Amino acid sequence: MAEVQAEVEAYARGLSHVRDGVRAYGLVVRMWVRSTMAYRVSFVMMTVGNFAATALDFVAIAFMFSHIDALGGFTLPEVAFLYGTTSVSFGLADLVLGNLDRVGRRVRDGTMDTLLTRPAPVLAQVAADQFALRRLGRVTQGGLLLGWSLARLDVAWTPVTVLLVPVMLVAGAVIFGALFVAGAAFQFRAVDAAEVQNAFTYGGTTLLQYPPSVFARDLVRGVTFVVPLAFVNWLPALRVLGRDDPLGLPGWVDFTSPLVALVCWVLAGLAWRVGLRGYRSTGS
Amino acid sequence: MRLYAAVAVSGFRRHATYRVATAAGVFTNTVFGFILAYTYIALWNERPHLGGYGREQALTFVWTSQALLGAACLIGGGFQEELQERIRSGDIAVDLYRPADLQLWWLASDLGRAFFQLLGRGVVPLAVGALCFELALPGLSLTWAAFLLSVLLGLLVSFGLRYLVGLCAFWLLDGAGVNMAFALLSMFFSGTLLPLNVFPGVFGEVARVLPWSAMLQVPVDVLLERRTGAGLAAALGFQAAWAVALLLAGRALQTAATRKVVVQGG
Repeated sequence: MAEVQAEVEAYARGLSHVRDGVRAYGLVVRMWVRSTMAYRVSFVMMTVGNFAATALDFVAIAFMFSHIDALGGFTLPEVAFLYGTTSVSFGLADLVLGNLDRVGRRVRDGTMDTLLTRPAPVLAQVAADQFALRRLGRVTQGGLLLGWSLARLDVAWTPVTVLLVPVMLVAGAVIFGALFVAGAAFQFRAVDAAEVQNAFTYGGTTLLQYPPSVFARDLVRGVTFVVPLAFVNWLPALRVLGRDDPLGLPGWVDFTSPLVALVCWVLAGLAWRVGLRGYRSTGS
Repeated sequence: MRLYAAVAVSGFRRHATYRVATAAGVFTNTVFGFILAYTYIALWNERPHLGGYGREQALTFVWTSQALLGAACLIGGGFQEELQERIRSGDIAVDLYRPADLQLWWLASDLGRAFFQLLGRGVVPLAVGALCFELALPGLSLTWAAFLLSVLLGLLVSFGLRYLVGLCAFWLLDGAGVNMAFALLSMFFSGTLLPLNVFPGVFGEVARVLPWSAMLQVPVDVLLERRTGAGLAAALGFQAAWAVALLLAGRALQTAATRKVVVQGG
């Protein structure tokens, strides 16, 4: 009986830890949003810039389609669907957790120590500090393009595939979020290696903009079984678009994105713990 | 001259210190190289000879662009943020007081950085690309010398543009907006996203004569031996003309800016 009670208490403590984290995150974010809004014109310019940066990516794809009708067998609306889904997912993760790539810099300049002395979870503090609302630009751009593609797509919608779209956006954001956390944990070990995670985050979303049929089979295997980027949009999107996946996985795999996202978070959370436990201040 | 050589060497050594960061950059450039390479293969499978490139030439473009990404600051980065910070904080007054020319000082320092990044971040991605894909690289020939000359001129153009961007801080104080706009223009008009010879119609024609084209498109075309003989001279002349024009514009802007500087206090 005592064991059960202890377990319940530990669980409650864990929950309250998460609640503390979310609360601290909210407080810090609100502060940064208010400070951003003090320079309204600058904010508008930066958001437009963020929007334009990702839009140019798609302009390049549109230029490709000015020469061709299909890329890897996918039409422009289909590629736009892939592009829109991964941009929204990545954009959300980048908005909420993008600042985690500063861990290395914080260790170097010693500001990590300040965070450790505050009575709030460190992960929430690092993620919220310098919160950049301008990153809504990417989410907006991805969302608009996704809307356009949905209007242009020629697919037979069923209740299941309709539901799959929001599920894939959220699960995708969670998977990208886990990558940000894991990348941040890695920076405790390799302080100067912030750029490595760009290969998986920015590189990941660039990869997922294109159909899997474009890439070598081994690369697709790698991003399915090792770094599970394929679950962000490829697998569920192929189901929505009514196409076979190049690896020939069983059909139910298309619906497992939320589960994969959960596993990713557990692993990333553990990695973060290990990283933070092993942290040694550089001193002053 | 010896002074500027020393500045260039220290620029090189300053960046050479960050070995892990360099390795991380090489890794990321290589990953992006693979992603772009496969999309280009798909594109050129649909349309062989698109923009006058064969598949191997398109792949050479991908891997050369990843190799030059850091050195020529194709997607942003570089010294200009540091310069802007010095202007904002007033440290620029100390720089102007030195018995050295401001533009040449930064040029030397930036070339030192670029040479390091060319070696540290350029060679490995290009080698990996050449090992994993069939590239259209020339054998041992003078083409490599012409390519290196073209890269050097591209670096001068890159510096010329970024010096103008940096000096904007004399008037704007906060350079964030200009830097962002400039990074976008560079990324798009250098051809990093898509080679400029694939850009359609009049838009493409305009894009190919803008200064950004001198940073990546022209060096790659020299490497691919698409510019030889008189064409090569014209290509290098195009780059040199932009480099001279931009450096002169930087000089004029610098004169205008320094006339504006008022050193407060003492």
